[in-house]
Amino acid sequence: MTMLPPENAGKKLGLVIDLDTCVGCHACAVNCKEWNTSGHSAPLPDDNPFAADASGVWFNRVHSYECGDGPASRTVNFPRSCLHCENAACVEVCPTGASYKRAEDGIVLVNEDICIGCKLCSWACPYGAREYDHDAGVMKKCTLCIDRIYNENLDEEDRVPVCVSTCPANARHYGDLGDPNSDVSRLVAERGGVSLMEELGYQPVNQYLPPRPRRTGEGDGPKSLPPSRPPSPLPIGDSASASGAAGDGLFRWIDRMLSR
Amino acid sequence: MHPAYSVLVFTTFSGAGYGLLVSMALFGMTGGVPPDRWLGVSGFVLALGMITVGLLSSTFHLGHPERAWRALSQWRSSWLSREGVLAIATYLPALLLAVWWVVLGSLDGAANLFAIMTIFFSIMTVVSTAMIYASLRTIRAWFNPHTVRVYLSFALWTGALWFNLITHVFGVHTPWIGVFLVSTGVLALFFKRKYWIFIDTHPTWVPPESALGLKDVGKVRLLDAPNTQENYIQQEMGFQVARRHAMSLRRVAFFGYFLIPWLVALMTVESEPWLRYLGAAAAVVIGMAGTMVERWLFFAEAKHTVNLYYGAETS
Repeated sequence: MTMLPPENAGKKLGLVIDLDTCVGCHACAVNCKEWNTSGHSAPLPDDNPFAADASGVWFNRVHSYECGDGPASRTVNFPRSCLHCENAACVEVCPTGASYKRAEDGIVLVNEDICIGCKLCSWACPYGAREYDHDAGVMKKCTLCIDRIYNENLDEEDRVPVCVSTCPANARHYGDLGDPNSDVSRLVAERGGVSLMEELGYQPVNQYLPPRPRRTGEGDGPKSLPPSRPPSPLPIGDSASASGAAGDGLFRWIDRMLSR
Repeated sequence: MHPAYSVLVFTTFSGAGYGLLVSMALFGMTGGVPPDRWLGVSGFVLALGMITVGLLSSTFHLGHPERAWRALSQWRSSWLSREGVLAIATYLPALLLAVWWVVLGSLDGAANLFAIMTIFFSIMTVVSTAMIYASLRTIRAWFNPHTVRVYLSFALWTGALWFNLITHVFGVHTPWIGVFLVSTGVLALFFKRKYWIFIDTHPTWVPPESALGLKDVGKVRLLDAPNTQENYIQQEMGFQVARRHAMSLRRVAFFGYFLIPWLVALMTVESEPWLRYLGAAAAVVIGMAGTMVERWLFFAEAKHTVNLYYGAETS
């Protein structure tokens, strides 16, 4: 049934991603691929994996952005995956009922046995969370590692999405965002967590913690940094590098000759 | 958005089919054309044939065409599902009307009810097709009231072109059919112009900063994409036509879907029979081809919010 569940149990499982501490190492994306290619939505196929035009299905992708200009500029690493929206458009547009939102915990899943592969859900998702499996002819997406979080064969501490357990910077947090007293909800309240593209009204469950403000003022952080040395001019000409010096000179000479 | 040819063929041909059904039912019901047997056969075979070809074509882009029947189940929330249900429902009154027209040779009594139902279901099906696109908030060029008006007016106009042709061929053309043709053409021209003006003046829906949830960090620029080669999202959602080409293609579409067929149909209406047939047939062919170009642009010009994550500055 692709109607959204009328009233869920109040449980909203999801992720909180800290854009201040994310170092952009892609470990979450790689481990996500690793776990899920043999998990609930297995496999996550790759097309031409060893060729120049390799592509494939990933549930989690890490973008890096430059924000601002000059001394105030910063790099923001941005992992992007399904946000398990409360008002999930991908679920409502599905003509078959293959896309659904679980009433008990709010996780959005695809039933691959009845998906017709029309791709409309991927058009409806503003975040690009859904990726089409050309081999199986069905849509695939993040399951919030449903095969880990309820997996009684795993130790208690391992029952979290694999992107969370693998993050070396502790930038990913998992929990119940429907419970205002949960650790993740407190974290969101404390750090001013935000929803992505709030104006579209899809009410994503996953929240992002914005980068902390820069230390710029007096007495705010180290008083004085050691004066940086002016950069030394780049070596030019035959002194370039020990190994390539003679070759470089030769090519430069040929280049000069041909350019005449 | 990536223009899938199966979807272009589907929307163009099924739109013309439903438009032709509307013309047949409207003129049949009001006595605008007599219930001529061969007019009925050719009209209903053409209309239902184009609809059926269009519906079959739309299943070609599915990953699992054999499961297409499942798409009829979620009519309570999905416009795609509603479209499927309404498309199938339209066959019933249309076939009943065809039986009364062709076999019984009468358009009185019950045939009036079938005609009204045929018009209603045809229009609702075209509206549902348009709503599949118009309900997607992710795409500013589609999520607006102009989308439904364009789809509906194009269906009526291309259907009227076909109706114009067959009424000429069977010698039952009347000035009213000419009036209907000219006015649906102007309607399609008017709504498409309004549509293009709208998308040119409303390019941005969501700013890049909102896509990242970042405020007061200055201008956001993509430093590193997650992948070195294009992924599914970029192939499907990232298709864009260069603005310069879009403008020249809009001119091609304008000449093709409106101006040439409109003028040709108008100028040949009172000429020799052979020139009338030729003019009406040329108007159909050029009008359908122009509509395909217009449909291609409808996809190619549409920008999806997800491109903001891949460095686009507008969505």
